[in-house]
Formats: sequence, structure tokens, C-alpha cells
Amino acid sequence: MAKEFKTIKTEIRLPYELAYGATWTRFFEGMENEIIYGTKCSKCGRVLVPARSFCPRCFVDTDEWVETAQEGVLTAWSYVNYKYFGQPIEPPFIGALIRLDGTDVDFLHLIGGFDLSDFDLVRKTVKNGMRVKAAWSNERKGHILDLKYFEPV
Amino acid sequence: MPGKVAIVAVAQNAGAESKDNFYDQAYVVTKEVLDKVGLNRDDLGTIVSASSDIYHGGISCANSYYWETTGGFLKNASRQDGESLFAFFYGVMRILTGYYDSALIIALCKGSENPENDACTLMYTDPFYTRGIGLQETMAAAFQMRLYMERYGITEEQCAKVAVKNLGNSLGNPYAHRKGRYTVEDILYSERIIDPLTAMQVAPKSEGIVAVLLASEEKAKELTDKPVWFKGYGSSLDNYYLGDRDLLDGQLKNAAARAYKMAGISDPRKEIDLAEITEPYAFQELMWYEDLGFCPKGEGGRLLDSGVTQKNGDLPVNPSGGVLANNPYVSRGLQRVVEATLQLRGEAGERQVDREVRTALAHGTHGFAGQCHAVAILGS
Repeated sequence: MAKEFKTIKTEIRLPYELAYGATWTRFFEGMENEIIYGTKCSKCGRVLVPARSFCPRCFVDTDEWVETAQEGVLTAWSYVNYKYFGQPIEPPFIGALIRLDGTDVDFLHLIGGFDLSDFDLVRKTVKNGMRVKAAWSNERKGHILDLKYFEPV
Repeated sequence: MPGKVAIVAVAQNAGAESKDNFYDQAYVVTKEVLDKVGLNRDDLGTIVSASSDIYHGGISCANSYYWETTGGFLKNASRQDGESLFAFFYGVMRILTGYYDSALIIALCKGSENPENDACTLMYTDPFYTRGIGLQETMAAAFQMRLYMERYGITEEQCAKVAVKNLGNSLGNPYAHRKGRYTVEDILYSERIIDPLTAMQVAPKSEGIVAVLLASEEKAKELTDKPVWFKGYGSSLDNYYLGDRDLLDGQLKNAAARAYKMAGISDPRKEIDLAEITEPYAFQELMWYEDLGFCPKGEGGRLLDSGVTQKNGDLPVNPSGGVLANNPYVSRGLQRVVEATLQLRGEAGERQVDREVRTALAHGTHGFAGQCHAVAILGS
């Protein structure tokens, strides 16, 4: 609907080119090969996923690489049923935090692999604490969505 | 502290969409706050502004576009990106150097012009990992809400009651963007945008140019007979990655502890008379009660049910309507200072609380599920 006063519509489109750096580069090579990489802190012993170059808590390098489990426990989720600008995935979808077995932080990803169109069914199916496992795409290109989603075990 | 700092005047504009442009609005609010105490731009010591390039549409860079509207040109002054309560404290510090006897803190955000908040907060994510999942502030809040309800037995009705309270309170606030008498059912059966959050439990995007004029103790005496004193401040920032954090054990209690220590407060529930807090999602007001020490962990819902935080209660929280009623994203923290100041001065009009207010708390938060928190304590 037109506004009662004059406005100008504008947008900013600027091309940026950001370096992955060594740690993300190796992490996403892992994605391409159906591997989820974490790194282990030698001081506190925590396994951090996705992999990173240092432990934020101990502030020391984390140079021990770990292939994490592909299964874990759902620790938080929400059912996204609306559109927002820049959204990379068509709604409805389920954003989630997953604690992969043997790791010490939660991994942000998606829950899927079943009919998401019926919300009441989704609320019956998806529960914090449920076991989930990784489902991979057949066309992988070193992207976070090479891992399609985590599905109920 | 080496000296005392007072708030001597405040000004703000209305949150609903207006046809005025950002530049002129900022000038009007700056002029108003200076005129209230008869301070000339030339006599203004320093300025700290808060804004965000993501929100103000890429008009020039940082503060360069609006700088003269704040009276700032040719002055030793600065700009903070993001949470405006940080800018408030930087202004306090500038006065405490002893080199400035006045400081203007101004936060600028014109929410009617920016894309929806979720499009802006999607840009808080990193482009390698979390942006590919579509993470934004509302999704993070929805994770947190479900965990909070499951861990402590908080009900959806209790969360919705926060919105009922705040949107009812804002009926008395001429600056508020969203207001009305609603029932718990109205809130719960609004559009289920991102389960378990419904649309009316999510703050709108509002306009807000918000100004606070600070002065040294000596200058304050010259400018006003109703100074409001700065008593304490604390902030804390959590890890960036959501999965590294405990969403139910966040940084607000650290920020509050730091502010309480500076202000000499040992029992916040008894010593604080009123709080204006930032609750972009209804349930967060209940969590923040707990982290601010107003009640034990997990009892935010019970505290709300007891009526203590109602406008006529013993510890009113958000008598202005809070952020659910008015959400100029960047300015919302500083707007809490403005509302607390009006209450301390007895100048809050229809939204003035029943009880006497001698010590008030203002809180701001930015980032996902409360990544960053700031708390300021003010006193009459």
C-alpha cells in the first residue's frame, strides 16, 4: 500500500570476498567428505565443534583435530514458519542445536527428514533430548548444507 | 568514583512511523534536550552517539551523515555502534575525566525505514557457518524460550502475560508504538511465526531518537534543580557462537553484579524501586527478573503472577511498556534510561508509578538470546 508521504526505496548491494582461513577451510573440506570436524582444547579438554583455532575459555591454541560422531542429542529447536529477507532456506524448517556425542558444545544446524507441513505432528515428533543423526546431500560442495539436516534416529 | 555525574535533561521522539526524515528528527530531539536546560551548542562539552550502519540503511558511514544534527561537528566527540547503554557509560566516563562539564548521549534508530529486524539480525551471523542456517535473533530467542519453559516449568500463559502487562502499560505512554488491552489468549493465538514464539510476543521495529544530557555535579546544580545521579554500571558479553553458550545461564547476572557493586547495592529486590528492562521477546522479561536478582532462578513466572512487577506493584518493571511496546533497536537501552529518569523525577505523566522511586535500574541487551547485557543504576 502506498504511503501518505513520499519515500525513496533503496538497497545496498556490495561485493565482499572473505578469506576462510586455515580452520574453516579444513572444516568445509570435511563437510565435502561427510566428516564433521571439531578441535580439542589441550587445557580444558573440551571438544569444540565446528572446529576452531583456539579455545575461547582457556585462550590457547586448539591444534588437535577430531572427527566427531555423526549422532547426538537435540538440545534446542524452533519451527520457523515465516519469511524474512535473506532467509537461505524455504520455510517451514526447523533450526536446532545438537550436542554431538563426545563433544562439549552445541552444533547449530537443522532438523528434517520427515513431513514438516503439519505443525501439530512436528510438535509430537520433535523433542529436546531426542537422538538425531546426520543426513548428507549427494551434491556436496564444501558448504554447511552439504549436511542436509539431522534426522530422528 | 572520583566525582558525581548527573542526568539533567532527557528527550525522545515517538516510536510509530513518521514522515520526518532521520536527519531532521535527530536535530529536533537534540535541540529539545539542550533547550530544556538552556544549554547552548557552543557550551556543550562532548557528545557520544549510538547508531548502527545495518539499521540506518548505509547512509554514509557511521556518524558522518548525522553528525551536525547532534551538535557534534568540530567537537571532541565519538560514536558507538550497537547497544546505546554503552554510549551512556562512555559519556559518564568523559565527564569523570574532569575535562568536560556536559555530555550529550544520543541514540539514533528509525525502525520504520529498515528491513524487518530479523533481516538485520541475520547479518549478525558469520557468512561461513551460521548465516547458511538462517540464524537470526528471533530463532535464537525461540530456542531459549522452549528451554526455559522446559527447565523451570514456566508456562506459555506466563510468557504471554508479560506482553499483556507491557502493552497495557504503554497505553499511558505517548511515545509507545504498540499499545492496547489484550488478553493472554490474544497474545497466544497471534500468528505462530517461530514456535514457541507468537507474533505478539516479539517486539516491533520502531523509531527512536533518544537523548540524555549529562553534567558534572557543579554544572548540574546550575542547569537543574532535579538532577538524577549516575550510581553504577556493568556490562558483560558472552561467546559469539550460540552453541558455546548456556542459553539459560547468561551474562546478565554478571552485568548486574558489576553495576550493583559500583552502586553499593546488596539486595536488589529491596533496594531497587523500579526497573526499565529490554525484553525484545516476552519470556525474556521473566528470565531477566531472575538474573537481576529480583527473584530466585526459575521463579520469574511466579514473580509476575504475584503482581509485584505491575505498574502499581512494589517493584514496577517496564511501566513505559518496555521494548514490546516500543523497539527502536539501537536506541532501546538508552530509552530505558530516559524512562527511569522520568520516573525518578516524577515526570512520567500517565505512566508514573504509584510508589516512590528513589533508585531505578535501566537495562539493555543486544545480540542473540542476550549475548550482551548492560545495566545502569540511577538515583534521585
